[in-house]
Amino acid sequence: MRRIAILLLVLLAPLAGHAQDAFEAALAGLGGGFAQQAEAAERLGMLGDPRAVPILRALSDGRLLRAGDGALLVREGDRNTFALTGAAAEISGAEPVRINNRVRAALRGALGRLSLVSPDQAERLAAAEAVFRSRAAENIPLLEAALARENVARIRERMELALAASRLAAGDEAAKRAGIAELGASASTEARAVLLESRAAAPALAAEIDAAVTAIDRRLAIRHAAETFFQGLSLGSVLLLAALGLAVTFGVMGVINMAHGEFVMLGAYTTFVMQEALRGIPALAPWSLPLSVPAAFLVAAACGAVLERGLIRHLYGRPLETLLLTFGVGMMIQQAVRLGFGAQNREVTSPPWMQGTLELAFGVTVTQNRLWILVFSLLVLGLTVAAIHLTRFGLEMRAVTQNRRIAAAMGIRTGRVDAFTFAFGSGIAGIAGVALSQIDNVSPNLGSGYIIDSFMVVVFGGVGSLAGTLVGAMSLGVVNKVLEPYAGVVLAKVFVLVAIMLFIQRRPRGLFALRGRAAEQ
Amino acid sequence: MTKTLITRRSVLAGTGALLAAPSIRPSMAQSAPIRIGVLHSLSGTMAISETALRDTVLMMVEYQNSRGGLLGRRLEAVVVDPASNWPLFAEKARELLQVHKVDVTFGCWTSVSRKSVLPVFEELNGMLFYPVQYEGEEESRNIFYTGAAPNQQAIPAVEYLMSADGGDAKRIALLGTDYVYPRTTNRILRGFLNSKGIADADIMEEYTPFGHSDWQGIVARVKRFAAEGKKTAIVSTINGDANIPFYRELGNQGIKAEEIPCVAFSVGEEELAGIDTRPLVGHLAAWNYFMSVQSPANTRFLELWRAYIRNPRRVTNDPMEATYTGFSMWAQAVAQAGTTAVDAVRTAVIGQKFDAPAGYTEEMLPNHHLSKPVMIGEVQADGQFNIVWKTQNAVPAENWSQFIPENANRRRG
Repeated sequence: MRRIAILLLVLLAPLAGHAQDAFEAALAGLGGGFAQQAEAAERLGMLGDPRAVPILRALSDGRLLRAGDGALLVREGDRNTFALTGAAAEISGAEPVRINNRVRAALRGALGRLSLVSPDQAERLAAAEAVFRSRAAENIPLLEAALARENVARIRERMELALAASRLAAGDEAAKRAGIAELGASASTEARAVLLESRAAAPALAAEIDAAVTAIDRRLAIRHAAETFFQGLSLGSVLLLAALGLAVTFGVMGVINMAHGEFVMLGAYTTFVMQEALRGIPALAPWSLPLSVPAAFLVAAACGAVLERGLIRHLYGRPLETLLLTFGVGMMIQQAVRLGFGAQNREVTSPPWMQGTLELAFGVTVTQNRLWILVFSLLVLGLTVAAIHLTRFGLEMRAVTQNRRIAAAMGIRTGRVDAFTFAFGSGIAGIAGVALSQIDNVSPNLGSGYIIDSFMVVVFGGVGSLAGTLVGAMSLGVVNKVLEPYAGVVLAKVFVLVAIMLFIQRRPRGLFALRGRAAEQ
Repeated sequence: MTKTLITRRSVLAGTGALLAAPSIRPSMAQSAPIRIGVLHSLSGTMAISETALRDTVLMMVEYQNSRGGLLGRRLEAVVVDPASNWPLFAEKARELLQVHKVDVTFGCWTSVSRKSVLPVFEELNGMLFYPVQYEGEEESRNIFYTGAAPNQQAIPAVEYLMSADGGDAKRIALLGTDYVYPRTTNRILRGFLNSKGIADADIMEEYTPFGHSDWQGIVARVKRFAAEGKKTAIVSTINGDANIPFYRELGNQGIKAEEIPCVAFSVGEEELAGIDTRPLVGHLAAWNYFMSVQSPANTRFLELWRAYIRNPRRVTNDPMEATYTGFSMWAQAVAQAGTTAVDAVRTAVIGQKFDAPAGYTEEMLPNHHLSKPVMIGEVQADGQFNIVWKTQNAVPAENWSQFIPENANRRRG
């Protein structure tokens, strides 16, 4: 009703020669209460006056100010202009105009209407999105005009959906039917929501709406399955990163290192330190995350080398003592970090390329940070495999693992190889910390959350096998995510643990049993 | 476990006050000090939130001493660290009461820690001021609850979501951490929503462990849950630092506050201090106080806090305000009773009124809970809250919720 009244007002306004006044009157409403603001934003959207765009945008960004006398000002950088005239304003003490979610929704709809034909692609896309959400019959002619001149496929697609949604909101039956058919041909969750919303208002069309929803659901089912699979791989990639270092120290050397999680945590704190250190150097600041990778490797590897040379090497062949010792060292590292950096979490910011979602084929969307971590984990796995199989260090490491005495007889300094192997595994844990700083809280207890999972992956995959670690991590991730919707987060994990226990009963050596120092015992 | 008998700074400040005003209160130094127990975790997962409450109590002790103490006696804080370890809370409470013989204790954050110390305070007839919003369903003669009961936070917040200004929500996703507070609160909310005609099919309920970081599945399910053609909102009882990855995932998956608003009951200024709030603008929190409240009492509170903490980046929040209010009411009651004896002070605390920083006069009710105003704030880009709704008057606490069927026969507070 209100929309129609406003439309009438808009149609009549130019006839009476009051276009200027209508704009001015609507603008004043932006400084009022929330309900008034929402109405004013809607009216400005309907008026179609392009002068409203910067003002509405300023309001939505918190840059619209209200002076003591009620005049509205737009802040651009450090200078203010009058919203109505655009003249420079020298007024101090103006307060920002506050808005709530209702006003925000109205603003987005109005801005959408006004920027459907904007020269900027991103703006047009956002506008199509906004008009889709506000779905009003009055938008039909606007959308038709915009579609006629649009030639970017992605934007056209959104505009067509918006047009279909607007037709569904129209008065006449034929337009409604056309809208339902078009929405039903899409594979969009939003289209589904719009259809179901209009169902209550149009009982005559219920059967058609249901058919359209069923058609959408069929297409969405495949997409949801793909997205769940990706989430599983993503969880698997986190497990893989956390477990990879352990696969080297525990899998190859047979050392039960309970301080492994703390090396992960040291990697995350290195990322934080790098971010703070490079903040002052504008040329390097955007690269702080990639630069943290080698830094975290070195920090964690150095700590690992000290731990191995200083303590662990005296305890080879005594797993219980090693376990207790490394557990104690882990607590000491944790407490040292807590003393040095404080108990509060530290904020590691994500670079822009790790924020938001990415649309893959068939409308499958994945979050950028998770996608990058998946790619990164595979890269780290590849480098680890290469280091073990293609370098001299890797050759010596494998030789010592297979037969320490013969390796020593061949002139390999086994003690040094032990130290390097342990440092290498710890360094990988440090690299994992860089990735985890992007998805978890950088706090002194970051590592303790991953230690159990890491051991679980290594044991399940098969001690000593990197392929086993990969397959183990990924399958645990996917199974976990497939179970989650049915069992909930807590129970899904319990199920996975029980399944692993049963599996280990049948195959004590895990998925990929290998011969190694640990296997010989 | 380390324990600190009063921090160095408060000793210095206390001595400073003594030296500065020896002529005013000559008796202050001679009689035995009044001992104030501080039972907040200074290490472990809850240290993030509870450290600020320790600071608030120490600030109040210093402030009270600068005004000449109480009953002519100096106040002395006894700080212990229960280290986010629930059974240790009970041991430390016993230590405070039996070894240090404290006259009153300010402490606890999580409900599980309060449940752990409750029998100790009842057995030894101590007095505890508990400053955090909680799930209700409790009333001990030895505890004063200065945070909100469910009818002073959870229910008004959901009512707001269902109002025109809040977005007319018809479907609610209840997300929480897996322990007693979220589960009880959500049970009350489910009863409330059912009474408002929202069917169980329109309510989603999920729990995650403390410190959960992989929110992608849950947030994706909330998006699907929202695609049923009814306006959807999230009610979050997620506690602690799991909130940070949760909000990050909301931002990454493009959930905008104007589409699916999320109202949180355990996220305040202190929790937002460490994160980039720009993607969260418009999401909501329900409390009984925000740092952005404009009132003369809040100005005094902020001045006191800034002078004490000397760090312009430190913020105030609701549980700090509740600690401040509780301490002030206790001090008023001691002055009125003329003694620190627990039984006399308990009688005197009930009925105490205090002009709280929230901008309303709050009163301690016979059910040991406060009357408090309810406020809804929207997160802003600077990490502060813009108050978009608040009650006209202070609302009396109902610690026994009418939405839990077993409470039908209980007396109403």
